[in-house]
Amino acid sequence: MKKFDCFITLVGLVLGLSFTSCDTFISTSISDDEALDGPIATLSGAETGRHIIGDEEFSKVYSISDGLGPIFNAASCEACHIADGRGHAFTTFTRFGRVENGVFDALQDFGGPQLQDKSLPGFSAEFLPALANVHSGFMAPAVTGLGYVEALDDSTLMRLADPEDANKDGISGRLNYVIPPEFFKPGSKHVPVNGKYIARFGRKAMAIDLVHQSVNAFFNDMGISSEYHPQDIRNVQSSDVTDNANDPEISAKVVEDVAFYLRTLKVPPRRNSNDADVIEGEKAFLQVGCGNCHVQTLKTGMSAIGSLHKVEFHPYSDFLLHDMGSELNDGYTEGDALSSEWRTTPLWGIGLAHVSNGGAIAFLHDGRAKTIRQAIDYHGGEAADSRSKFKALNAILQDKILKFLQSL
Amino acid sequence: MFFYRNYMRYIYLLALLAVMLFSVNLFANTDSLQNIRTTQDAVYRRPFIGNLGNSTSIGGYAEANTNYFSQSGVSEGFSMEMRRFNLFVYSSISSRIKLLAELEFEHGTEEIALETAMLDFEIDPALVFRGGIILAPIGGFNQKHDSPLYEFIDRPMVSTQIIPATLSEMGFGVNGKLFFGESFIATYDAYLVNGLRDGIILNSDGRTLLRRGRVMEMFEESHNGVPSVTGKIALRHRQYGEIGISAYRGIYNSFRKEGIDVDERRAVLITALDYSLAISSITIQGEVAMNTIDVPANLKEINGSKQLGFYTDVIFPVTTFTMLDYANTVLNLNARIDYIDYNIGTFAATGGNIGDEVTALSFGVSLRPTTTSVFRVNYRNSNIVDIVGNSVVNKGIQFGFATYF
Repeated sequence: MKKFDCFITLVGLVLGLSFTSCDTFISTSISDDEALDGPIATLSGAETGRHIIGDEEFSKVYSISDGLGPIFNAASCEACHIADGRGHAFTTFTRFGRVENGVFDALQDFGGPQLQDKSLPGFSAEFLPALANVHSGFMAPAVTGLGYVEALDDSTLMRLADPEDANKDGISGRLNYVIPPEFFKPGSKHVPVNGKYIARFGRKAMAIDLVHQSVNAFFNDMGISSEYHPQDIRNVQSSDVTDNANDPEISAKVVEDVAFYLRTLKVPPRRNSNDADVIEGEKAFLQVGCGNCHVQTLKTGMSAIGSLHKVEFHPYSDFLLHDMGSELNDGYTEGDALSSEWRTTPLWGIGLAHVSNGGAIAFLHDGRAKTIRQAIDYHGGEAADSRSKFKALNAILQDKILKFLQSL
Repeated sequence: MFFYRNYMRYIYLLALLAVMLFSVNLFANTDSLQNIRTTQDAVYRRPFIGNLGNSTSIGGYAEANTNYFSQSGVSEGFSMEMRRFNLFVYSSISSRIKLLAELEFEHGTEEIALETAMLDFEIDPALVFRGGIILAPIGGFNQKHDSPLYEFIDRPMVSTQIIPATLSEMGFGVNGKLFFGESFIATYDAYLVNGLRDGIILNSDGRTLLRRGRVMEMFEESHNGVPSVTGKIALRHRQYGEIGISAYRGIYNSFRKEGIDVDERRAVLITALDYSLAISSITIQGEVAMNTIDVPANLKEINGSKQLGFYTDVIFPVTTFTMLDYANTVLNLNARIDYIDYNIGTFAATGGNIGDEVTALSFGVSLRPTTTSVFRVNYRNSNIVDIVGNSVVNKGIQFGFATYF
């Protein structure tokens, strides 16, 4: 009986430890201000439900039978936008073209502009054609807070634009107008000009809204045709045909669900915003003129999603194209943007860049900057004056600006 | 490709080896070793097979458990599941011919598979011809995977993610058992099987995963007409345990359609070492496996071309006592370490390590009222690293039982 008592005691001890001390034995959650991903907290139950459906689609890994490829860059949205954050160097893809006599040609007959360097077995992947004399790397941006950006009225962006630098501050942000795809549904916030609409998503501001961006990403990045873009991708550099999956490979609903997911992601959380150094750093940030492009506060227009309806948010971006000088001029461009022009990247979430890519921090469109200070060094063109002013600050104030940026 | 163009040479070598081994067997003192169990015996050492005369027996095993896990503080809550309900049929058709089949119901009716259906024709213990749906002799777990035999609820990760247990395939071959002196038994297995398939890469898991290449429809013919080869050699010591080395190699892709080559032949190679050691009353068992997969050049990095994993269980019987009607109830304290790396290598772009690794430590208590039934409580703490190096912690507690019937 003694042994039996011993056994009962032991089992009781183990079970007791297991079930009464769950806090010790189960994993603890990441604090909210350290996580990039997650829905807007004030979504309704139905909105949260659809967000989760979109999340599943965003995470879904497409296989051969799902219609992946035949040429592609990644097999899922999340493969590049890991944890909704910035991409990693290994998923950075290349876009290319040819510049001749100052005219840019996207070399569409030679597989341009995007190099799909992966392929299904039996199919050829694309290679950089000999004709291409310019190319640029594109690292996936973070996707948090995009719903707020989409909910901006065109009129807000038009007010921020100053293409002729009328106010003589040296900053001449301009809008990129693009011809909308057939599936685009204009809303009351859109202001067309000669049949073109303001694009606000993408490094060169080429997508008008999140559906437009998602359709392009499914097609170009994953080789997935959709009801919105029913024709599948193929490698025009070879005699390969398209894959064997029936087109369209995904429905309009899947695209809409992914767009809804992106639309309802929370903004990246701030940390240490009441820290004295952070507050001083932000003041200095504004004083040296960084805030002229990295605009602190914007306000959304009308939105069907209550949480996005007429609310202020802090992206630290004006979502306009700016000339960044020779430092960031790869020669490659898209639409009406010049090769030296890039859309202002929102700075929100910059302090959490490390949480989504295993600590391998990389900034700017191709990840060439490994620190925020390096990223500042690459700011030329319209940003050159602010860069000079930053460098002229004493080390303590520079560090405070960096500390402020880390708090975003 | 060398393998497949030289079948006859290998068959001659195999026959020669069998004759040599058969000769060795004639001179060994086998009587005292006949009842020693080897991993190879596992399929026939199930409790429902009580009568080895001309008879048919039906048996099986069942396992069920509870789960409570959380990852980064997020839990799906508490759940219960009936993982498996497997039925065995054994028939001793004649003195030298026997048949064993296993029908598996996994997660209810989610996965129903004829996992084993093999016929053995014994010339001698040293030479047995086997055909049908067989268990590939790769690693130790794949041959000996019945849940009631283990002290942990979850199967070892290396045995399901690196070796795709349960890997059973249509095939033919030979196996045998050789006795050396009074202490050693050697076993060998060698089979040709239909082989794994294309799903190994570009599957819905987003990584190289051999279990995605398993053939779920066992009655189908080979998808590419090139059989895979699998074999194992193991040595068992009467007292100290067993060690085995094994390999599996084949062409996994559908490189030919309508007689026309549409892709290169791409090979998969699994190599494994398994062991089960008895040191005093403590049992230490585990396996190490490595996969080499010929991945198309432009898919490397997203699909790993090398994979590695291992696990080790340490089982310590604390006490034997009488509980209710069970005079020899055994209480074990158990520990397990698991490690798998789905993608060994470095990123060309950064030189940094490609992640996609899992390390897990598990602890548990198991109670065996009889040798064929076990109640288990497990606690597992896993560190999961994604491909770029982000890590999350998954911890949880399970309780469950498994029993033969």
